Amino acid sequence: MMSVRSLAGACLSAFAALGAFAVPASAQNYPTRTITMIVPFAAGGPTDVISRIVTAHMAQTLGQSIVIENVVGAGGTTATTRAARAANDGYTLVTGHMGTHAASVPLYPKLAYHPEKDFEPVALLAGTPILILARKDFPPKDLKEFVAYVKANADKVNAAHAGIGSVSHASCELLNSILDVKPVGVPFNGTGPAMNALVAGQVDYMCDQIVNAVPQINAGTIKAYAVATPERNPSLPNVPTTAEAGLPAFQAQAWNAIFAPKGTSPAIIATLNAAANKALDDENVRKRLLELGSVIPAPANRTPEALATLVKNEIAKWTPVLKPAT
Amino acid sequence: MELFANLAHGFAVALSPINLLMCLIGALVGTLVGVLPGIGTIATVAMLLPITFGLPPVGALIMLAGIYYGAQYGGSTTSILVNIPGEATSVVTALDGHQMARQGRAGPALAIAAIGSFFAGCVATVLIAVLGAPLTKLALAFGPAEYFSLMVLGLIFAVVLAKGSVLKAIAMIVFGLLLSMVGSDIETGASRMAFNIPELADGLGFATVAMGVFGFAEIIRNLDAGAEMSRDLVQQKITGLMPTRKDLTDSAPAIVRGTILGSILGILPGGGAVIASFAAYTLEKKIAKDPSRFGRGAIEGVASPESANNAAAQTSFIPLLTLGIPPNAVMALMVGAMTIHGIVPGPQVMVKQPDLVWGMIASMWIGNLMLIIINLPLVGIWVRLLRVPYRLMFPSIVIFCAIGIYSVNNAPVDVVLAGAFGLVGYWLIKHDFEPAPLLLGMVLGPLMEENLRRALLISRGDWSVFLSRPLSAVLLAIAAGLLVLAVLPTLRAKRDEVFVESEG
Repeated sequence: MMSVRSLAGACLSAFAALGAFAVPASAQNYPTRTITMIVPFAAGGPTDVISRIVTAHMAQTLGQSIVIENVVGAGGTTATTRAARAANDGYTLVTGHMGTHAASVPLYPKLAYHPEKDFEPVALLAGTPILILARKDFPPKDLKEFVAYVKANADKVNAAHAGIGSVSHASCELLNSILDVKPVGVPFNGTGPAMNALVAGQVDYMCDQIVNAVPQINAGTIKAYAVATPERNPSLPNVPTTAEAGLPAFQAQAWNAIFAPKGTSPAIIATLNAAANKALDDENVRKRLLELGSVIPAPANRTPEALATLVKNEIAKWTPVLKPAT
Repeated sequence: MELFANLAHGFAVALSPINLLMCLIGALVGTLVGVLPGIGTIATVAMLLPITFGLPPVGALIMLAGIYYGAQYGGSTTSILVNIPGEATSVVTALDGHQMARQGRAGPALAIAAIGSFFAGCVATVLIAVLGAPLTKLALAFGPAEYFSLMVLGLIFAVVLAKGSVLKAIAMIVFGLLLSMVGSDIETGASRMAFNIPELADGLGFATVAMGVFGFAEIIRNLDAGAEMSRDLVQQKITGLMPTRKDLTDSAPAIVRGTILGSILGILPGGGAVIASFAAYTLEKKIAKDPSRFGRGAIEGVASPESANNAAAQTSFIPLLTLGIPPNAVMALMVGAMTIHGIVPGPQVMVKQPDLVWGMIASMWIGNLMLIIINLPLVGIWVRLLRVPYRLMFPSIVIFCAIGIYSVNNAPVDVVLAGAFGLVGYWLIKHDFEPAPLLLGMVLGPLMEENLRRALLISRGDWSVFLSRPLSAVLLAIAAGLLVLAVLPTLRAKRDEVFVESEG
């Protein structure tokens, strides 16, 4: 039986809890309760891992825990829609990425949100470079030969990707548009099966994020022609950049960034951005991210303004490439 | 020998107190997940994954693996007791398992499922340790064409295992295939039969349809006035908890065959375990002296698929451990768990992380031992559950199903859909259509379609790839052979006799 006293106590705390919801979050003492970070992909995926590593550190800075909520479906747009409609009090955030906040615009004509109009950019967290990969017995030896070979055999080669709207699909479309070829795109359900087909030699080439590819490249089960970033990646020091290998136009990385619902107060954005910046300067966080093959943005690229520009540029970059595909 | 040194090392890792505890927790949670209808392994592993981030990596993976194969043990429980398959792999178990329960033999059915699973688990563990690396080649030999042919074979199994009319079984398979096409087109991303409902963009969930056509439909049918008799039957006639000597001798060869089939099919990425359980059932029915016993409580019909699905669940770790490539959604989550712990899975993981790989292999055997120790005494409790009055049991089943379905995607639409499928399922039962082929069609449909399209994309539309590739041709030939057997007029006459006798 609940005593009168504890009942009264329960009522009081219930009122206190109500109060916490009723009072608009003031920026001075933000955050006063747990923050929810929506991750639009399954636990364990690259976006999830990056979010967890960074938010764990941010939680220490902010003095409140950050709970990761994995919401999957429709290429991450289900979760992003939910985040767009959440209260703009700084307690619901979302880790967006290249797909949810750029490629989704041309891919989903009925998208329930707009990456620029419905979100406040908070901070860019990390970029994951894209590699040009091929089965180990694919004839071309380097990127120049690859370009020539794919152009000469455009009707014969097969390019694998992890499904419409995936990073591997979007980046492969970009590569194909630069090379002005239309190889047959073979869709797989996720990167795992696509990688399996590449290792087994059932498909010819694929563009994929560095995380999945490094162990296979090191084991010699597949080969890498180039990394599509301005600099070589420390986890694959022998793989040239696309610029070095003669295809400077192909630049692509899957980026992850924190967004808040539109109308979140600038002071809260600033608090969150500062916490994210501090996390990205932490030695341990950097080490974990580098192990994943991620590129950590320079301080100048971590501001909300820089992220806004990135989103704008990325939408402009992917829209012409992905529009004809749908 | 290196193998024994490795295994000894693995047992040393797995027998540490913390890892033993993790293994036990995994096995317990797995059993629970398997037993609760609708709560699937993928959803559970996804939910529990974040909890494991604070644990040492080996312990975390041992626990997650335990949940995965533990669910294969538990999944048979609801199939047998209340005719609701908790997992796709226990759909066939419901066919004969539930009939056994209706005859008062729920105890032996549950016990033989656990014993078969244990035997299969032990054999598969040894297989992973001894033949893991060479068997990887099989996973790589299966291209899109081979998969398509395997799926065709799988669908033929569904025809063969049907009790009643072949035509109705085929109708159900096609209906299942149609349901599987709801969602987004894999090649263009275009929406198909989704009626602008966002929750349908990723297709209908297995749990939604399975809970509907099996669970809800079964309850409606039981509440039907005419079913009064059979209900009392289940409650009163409980004979013996443990299998008799005859049960054991009947099941032993079936368990061995199921284990072999399951071990081989489990290595294949994708629907390996599901096909394995259907294949095992079909094989038993085909080689039985009196196939008419199947679907009416044949113990081999429980023993073989249950051994097959557990063997397959375990050998499906082979591609993950040797190639670093996850063969199914649960394995993809395990890769995620490794990544978070800073272990990058790949072809070198066996050399670079011997603690992890051999510790996990050893823990599988320990986990299987724990599972049989947990599950055999539970048989008595489960059987007693059948005595719970239906006015209490039915509402609880409905609630558990609804919670389970909701928890998969947190989508209320799924629960409503399951309700609708319940009505569909009831209509189907009333008209003597069997739901099992429907579910098989639904599970295999996406794999079949995707691989057909991949194979044709790669061959540039040339259909002869399915015959020019030897493995694919063999699979299609077996499928054709089975289909001929199934529709042979003499056989069909025999079937119809059986059909007339069996209750609706």
